[in-house]
Amino acid sequence: MSTLLDAISIVAIVAGAFFYLAGTVGLLRFPDAYTRLHALTKADNLGLVLVVIGLLPQVDGVLAGLKLVLVWLLVMLSSAAVSQLIARSARRREPRA
Amino acid sequence: MTTVVSLVVVALLLWLALWTVVARDAFLAVAGFVVYGLLLALVWVRLAGIDVALTEAAIGGGLTGALLLGAVGRLRGTEAATWAERSGPGMRAFAALLSLAVSAVLALCVLLLPEPAPTLAPLVVPNLPATGVANPITGVLLAFRALDTLLEAIVLVIALIGVWSLAPDRFWGGRPGPRYSADPNGILAYLARVLPPMGIVIGIYLFWAGADHPGGKFQSATILAAMWMLVQMAGLADAPRIDNRWVRVGIVAGPLLFIAIGALGLPTAGAFLGYPPEWAKPMILAIEVALLPTLVLVLALLLNGAPARDDAAQARSNPR
Repeated sequence: MSTLLDAISIVAIVAGAFFYLAGTVGLLRFPDAYTRLHALTKADNLGLVLVVIGLLPQVDGVLAGLKLVLVWLLVMLSSAAVSQLIARSARRREPRA
Repeated sequence: MTTVVSLVVVALLLWLALWTVVARDAFLAVAGFVVYGLLLALVWVRLAGIDVALTEAAIGGGLTGALLLGAVGRLRGTEAATWAERSGPGMRAFAALLSLAVSAVLALCVLLLPEPAPTLAPLVVPNLPATGVANPITGVLLAFRALDTLLEAIVLVIALIGVWSLAPDRFWGGRPGPRYSADPNGILAYLARVLPPMGIVIGIYLFWAGADHPGGKFQSATILAAMWMLVQMAGLADAPRIDNRWVRVGIVAGPLLFIAIGALGLPTAGAFLGYPPEWAKPMILAIEVALLPTLVLVLALLLNGAPARDDAAQARSNPR
């Protein structure tokens, strides 16, 4: 049982790390603020979900698990809101076409 | 493996520090400084200093970063002129020499520290139960080194008075900073409605947990002040007038109660800031509870800055 849980953890965390890497590559390679935000928020949110899923079998107690889920929800909320704010500020600075 | 991770983090930290100093654009330098603070918090976690890590992330990265960002916004107008100025080679060489010398002295001091480092920790551990708190950091801050904590709180209040005193005479007593306005149906207003209930609970939890676990009033006050700033920036509430009596009472209440309880220690425990053993825990708790609103007000009002508008005076001078 614990071997299976460990395997789930390893697979999920490695997948999460891959999405973080993809998001960072997007941040470095994409041409403008909007596509970069897209790469960051999409890929990093998925990466965080996978890391949290991978960590859940390893925590002791329901409370610690709930804290992890709360961290995930708070990061989702703030990254979604902040990406909108950054995109809006980037759009305001653009010369009007 | 963990050594490799530590070395990578240290290398990153040094590179970021250098980058922050070298960056010419003030905004980029502040961004580097905030990331530096967050990385430094990770280093403190590695060193098992969870309390310090929390404080570094909240105050070093978050609050100081926000203060510096405010300064960058105010300096925008003069930044181009500053870039055009170039100091002479002699001045540059002198600055480089001075910073190298300071770094060398600091490095030397660290390398010359006796091994093992002098510590009072073994003395603290057996005496901690007398304070009634289980978190040694809180015990040291509020019992064994209470004077430092008291002076820290007073320094913050003086800093706020210093910021306020930068106000032009006509705005004295008015509201600080600009009146923020945001789309009432926009994402910022949404965040400012959804986040504070959670932030307030987490802030109070950190405060309460500080007695037995990492946490405490400073970290808690930073989170609560951040929630207040979020509500202000979303245009849902305005900054208070600085001549508001309750604001002023809240700011001085914490240090005053601290001093009063400290003075009470003279007859009851034989020393200023001494606690009679059976009363240690309730007294420490009372000081913490009184300092929390002081810190929230001071930190948020420091971010707000000097008074910059006076609605009452404007209404008097041009009645409509």
